Amino acid sequence: MRDGQRLSLHVPEPEVRPGDKPDFSKVTIPKAGSVRRPEVDADPETIRDLAFSIIRVLNREGEAVGPWAGTLTTEELLEGLRHMMLLRSFDARMLTAQRQGKTSFYMQHLGEEAVSCAFQRALEPGDMNFPTYRQAGLLIAGGYPMVDMMNQIYSNDADPLKGRQLPVLYSAREHGFFTVSGNLATQYIQAVGWAMASAIRQDTKIAAGWIGDGSTAESDFHTALVFASTYRAPVILNVVNNQWAISTFQGVARGGSGTFAARGLGYGLPSLRVDGNDYLAVHAVAKWAAERARQNIGPTLIEYVTYRVGAHSTSDDPSAYRPKEESEAWPLGDPVIRLKNHLIRIGAWSEERHKQAEAEIRDTVVAAQKEAERHGTLHSGGRPSMRDMFEGVYAEMPPHLKRQRQQAGV
Amino acid sequence: MARMTMIEAIRSAMDVSMARDENVVVFGEDVGYFGGVFRCTQGLQQKYGRTRCFDAPISESGIVGAAIGMAAYGLKPCIEIQFADYMYPAYDQLTQEAARLRYRSNGEFTCPMVVRMPTGGGIFGGQTHSQSPEALFTHVCGLQVVVPSNPYDAKGLLISAIENPDPVIFLEPKRLYNGPFDGHHDRPVTSWAGHSLGEVPEDHYAVPLGKAVVRREGSAVTVLAYGTMVHVAQTTAEETGIDAEVIDLRTLLPLDLETIVQSVKKTGRCMVVHEATLTSGYGAELVSLVQEHCFYHLEAPVIRVAGWDTPYPHAQEWDYFPGPARIGEALRDMMEA
Repeated sequence: MRDGQRLSLHVPEPEVRPGDKPDFSKVTIPKAGSVRRPEVDADPETIRDLAFSIIRVLNREGEAVGPWAGTLTTEELLEGLRHMMLLRSFDARMLTAQRQGKTSFYMQHLGEEAVSCAFQRALEPGDMNFPTYRQAGLLIAGGYPMVDMMNQIYSNDADPLKGRQLPVLYSAREHGFFTVSGNLATQYIQAVGWAMASAIRQDTKIAAGWIGDGSTAESDFHTALVFASTYRAPVILNVVNNQWAISTFQGVARGGSGTFAARGLGYGLPSLRVDGNDYLAVHAVAKWAAERARQNIGPTLIEYVTYRVGAHSTSDDPSAYRPKEESEAWPLGDPVIRLKNHLIRIGAWSEERHKQAEAEIRDTVVAAQKEAERHGTLHSGGRPSMRDMFEGVYAEMPPHLKRQRQQAGV
Repeated sequence: MARMTMIEAIRSAMDVSMARDENVVVFGEDVGYFGGVFRCTQGLQQKYGRTRCFDAPISESGIVGAAIGMAAYGLKPCIEIQFADYMYPAYDQLTQEAARLRYRSNGEFTCPMVVRMPTGGGIFGGQTHSQSPEALFTHVCGLQVVVPSNPYDAKGLLISAIENPDPVIFLEPKRLYNGPFDGHHDRPVTSWAGHSLGEVPEDHYAVPLGKAVVRREGSAVTVLAYGTMVHVAQTTAEETGIDAEVIDLRTLLPLDLETIVQSVKKTGRCMVVHEATLTSGYGAELVSLVQEHCFYHLEAPVIRVAGWDTPYPHAQEWDYFPGPARIGEALRDMMEA
């Protein structure tokens, strides 16, 4: 270093801010079908390139192409489209319900529907997801009743969680959905622990951990990768890179590592990067990782490249930190439209049927909402009891809590 | 019955539990092949295999986080944090996850887990091998906090903790591992061999959580203590001739308030002793409860003798430790009040 040279701190900034023209020219999108599909027992050392590319199946013409195509039947794809449409419609209704004061808070999936909806199709009953707050597609695709989700969101008298949890922090053990914490990243290492337990008991079940691009910076992410790698746990470690952590662009958490998938390489994990807006690609990669886990070969890290079209939550306003037109410019498109176009392309769907389905789905969601609202919303109608507040801290209520409950008059 | 040190009793509790229930797994730093830096898990890997007792990476948040996942699956992890001073990276997992799974999922997911950790000073461990962080756990709803003071209780309480359906923080006073400690660091070390509570059944038995015990009956003053300080308090009573009733709390959360209230109403005086720092320590909770429930029976202010509000020093360890001299002086002052 030259004598007297002053240092300067690098603080990353996104390419554009509100008022600027959206620019994704630095996001390299490989052609659909161009990334190879290794065997599930491939040595991670031999597939390091997959952490820097993007596995894609659907091309611009709506065709499914390449070695990752063909994991789902037409029937399953039609069902997948329905799941994504349900989730989108559900989100729209619940966002409005929040604006109407029927609940305190909501978080939507707009633009990211394919990730959780397609992933769930790769799991078996008994497997366990450790989700964040933006994977309700796991429940929708897993057949969990929408009414119960709404009851939870409304914290009404039919809320399965008795009003104790913030809206959308569901819990559904029977549907392989671990209780969502609301803290970030904590569930990632828990997923690894659950998978280790399954292996200790010589079970057949696998686990899936979920995390966002931003919270990969938490130490729990590192910890989870270490444990997964050390014990070769049967777990799929999912990173949903939706470009934005509230107002912070993904570059702040990613630093100089190139991609989030590349983080896995240092731990010796097979690390795959996939088009998160491509239902077929998400499923194919998830299936690959699930097979690997189930065959006791070990864990896989998957980065889903997607875009958070909506606000982080109902408490957020993205127009304050990114161009309004940015989501339109996102080069991987919209997951619902892309699957729709594919199904039309193969002659299994049409614009008319799509419109019809949209209307039917809206009716289904509205009917569920009406049923849920019969049990109350946050500020009106039925609500969980004050007794419910005191219950369930421990299996058996200890004396000091009994005294407090008595004091509260319940 | 067998003669056991506290280490052997704790090991025996895990041994008995692992033999009875294949869901019990033990892991932590150095606990596998080597058997733990304090030897508490010695022989367990050889007996139960590498998937039931194994070494973990140096990652307290990882050990606790993985154990939470295992507990949610249906196992009963009994994990070791090498020193209580090392638990801070795991505090998030303990307080916001382990403690709340049952509540936030309305019982769908639970966390039957024991987190063992050596606590307290007296071995020249300096500020990072001597802490007593119990109050950081007693403030957390959903946790249970246990501190045994002898081999018999250690085994029975640990078995209860392992069989408990909710998470238990099990603090092991490391100064008591190999013998009772009366607080006189300058006198020869004694072993558990000559102590009645060093007699431990080899088979399964339970000491219930949430139950205190009167270790020394007395009429002049009630001394509330746990862990190492139980022995120090008993010794101080003998040496000062003040007829103190010494209560060994054994479980701090949930607390056996009834035994405390009964005693203080009898003696009319109460002192709390703990090794942890004074301010906002667990003693503050005890003092508050005693004045609330026994106010009209009190003949003197309830006082605390505790570690000074400094980090645990190295060279000045015995100036920091609330030994018989400080407790004795406070007892005499109290009797004059």
